[in-house]
Amino acid sequence: MFGIPVTCKPTGSKHRARAAPDPPPLFDDTSGGYSSQPGGYPAPGADVAFNVNHLLGDPMANMAMAYGSSIASHGKDMMNKELHRFVSVNKLKYFFAVDTAYVAKKLGLLVFPYTHQNWEVQYSRDVPLPPRQDLNAPDLYIPTMAFITYVLLAGMALGIQKRFSPEVLGLCASTALVWVVMEVLALLLGIYLATVRSDLSTFHLLAYSGYKYVGMILSVLTGLLFGSDGYYVALAWTSSALMYFIVRSLRTAVLGPDSIGGPVPQIAARTVLALGLQGARSARLGPGDAMRCDPRGWTRIRPRPLAQGRLRQPGLEASPEAPLEQEAPEDDPTGIVRGLLPCGDTSPSQGSGPSSLGQRPLPNRQAEPQSPPPGEADPGKTLPLRS
Amino acid sequence: MAFTLYSLLQAAPLCVNAIALLHEERFLKKIGWGTDQGIGGFGEEPGIKSQLMNLIRSVRTVMRVPLIIVNSIAIVLLLLFG
Repeated sequence: MFGIPVTCKPTGSKHRARAAPDPPPLFDDTSGGYSSQPGGYPAPGADVAFNVNHLLGDPMANMAMAYGSSIASHGKDMMNKELHRFVSVNKLKYFFAVDTAYVAKKLGLLVFPYTHQNWEVQYSRDVPLPPRQDLNAPDLYIPTMAFITYVLLAGMALGIQKRFSPEVLGLCASTALVWVVMEVLALLLGIYLATVRSDLSTFHLLAYSGYKYVGMILSVLTGLLFGSDGYYVALAWTSSALMYFIVRSLRTAVLGPDSIGGPVPQIAARTVLALGLQGARSARLGPGDAMRCDPRGWTRIRPRPLAQGRLRQPGLEASPEAPLEQEAPEDDPTGIVRGLLPCGDTSPSQGSGPSSLGQRPLPNRQAEPQSPPPGEADPGKTLPLRS
Repeated sequence: MAFTLYSLLQAAPLCVNAIALLHEERFLKKIGWGTDQGIGGFGEEPGIKSQLMNLIRSVRTVMRVPLIIVNSIAIVLLLLFG
């Protein structure tokens, strides 16, 4: 991004992917007659050039065409190399290794996540399984398709209301794209500020941000079929389903597989809350008018310690400035509790700890900032929630 | 709100300029956000305020030269094309 020394880089999963032996191939090899390597592409091109040459019968044109095709292949290789420096294509391929059964089950999960039992992403020798083999793995196919479908659907809805013009499609698409970019930037900023150590890469954030478009499509469709009441009912349903889905999916990713190595749940819960509140914001791109779900209706989510007392950091005494509130967390099946950290928990919170005496505790920061513009986040004030 | 990608391109230099403007001695120290005041030891969790101060300092250090270039281009373009 801005070259910021991000301390929350994934713990070497990117490096591990390069150094480890080849993981099982993501895609089946369908090269039934075509070369499967990118270097095989110029050969058919040169063959075509030679065949056409027989038709033309002009040696100069033949040489020019061969020269041109070699230049083109050279340029293509160079562009691939440059692209590989910015975007790791292998990592991107992981997110698109889907099949029909996965897509169907995932769409069902996005609409009704309440009966799903096991939310953990499965690994095979430190490499996460591709989405084809693991329902809980995030993918980028559904978000991409949902984004495009949403833009088309918004155009159709505007056409039904006789407000359509071809520029509107482009405008809607670029608006939605800008919102996605701003959300991912805000999430990255939030993760950096809260020093959440997780395996979430930018593509994971992109994937989880893109899942909301499925809910938006359903809301718009229901609104078209059943009028404005149907729209709000579908909006409420899909928002709560998406919120539950994101909270359950990311709890294990953000908090870590073990409780000792994971980050402080109070801070981690903020990230989860930031992503979960997107479920309540998914209506802002309604066709034509700025309908936004009011997030103030959602209660504040307080953290739930994974195991009381197991979060004692080795070497840290029970600080006398431990979190001020003392209340036992309620028992909650979804893990969302309205309690606060119990007194016996020695995990250092934001402002306490024997070393940072100058910082004051931040008890009123649970109101989650909604995509603050980078650089303007002020931790001293509670950020106003937009309506 | 109808954003375009161009508005994102406009907003990005503006925001980065805003961060780069915050002077270390004249302003940040006065409000207690100087980077030498925030380091509170070697605790595990740096805290949001020190992360924010580190972020501001990093942006100012890293983006100084690119910002000069981008601002010059913006000035020239705005002079020429309004």
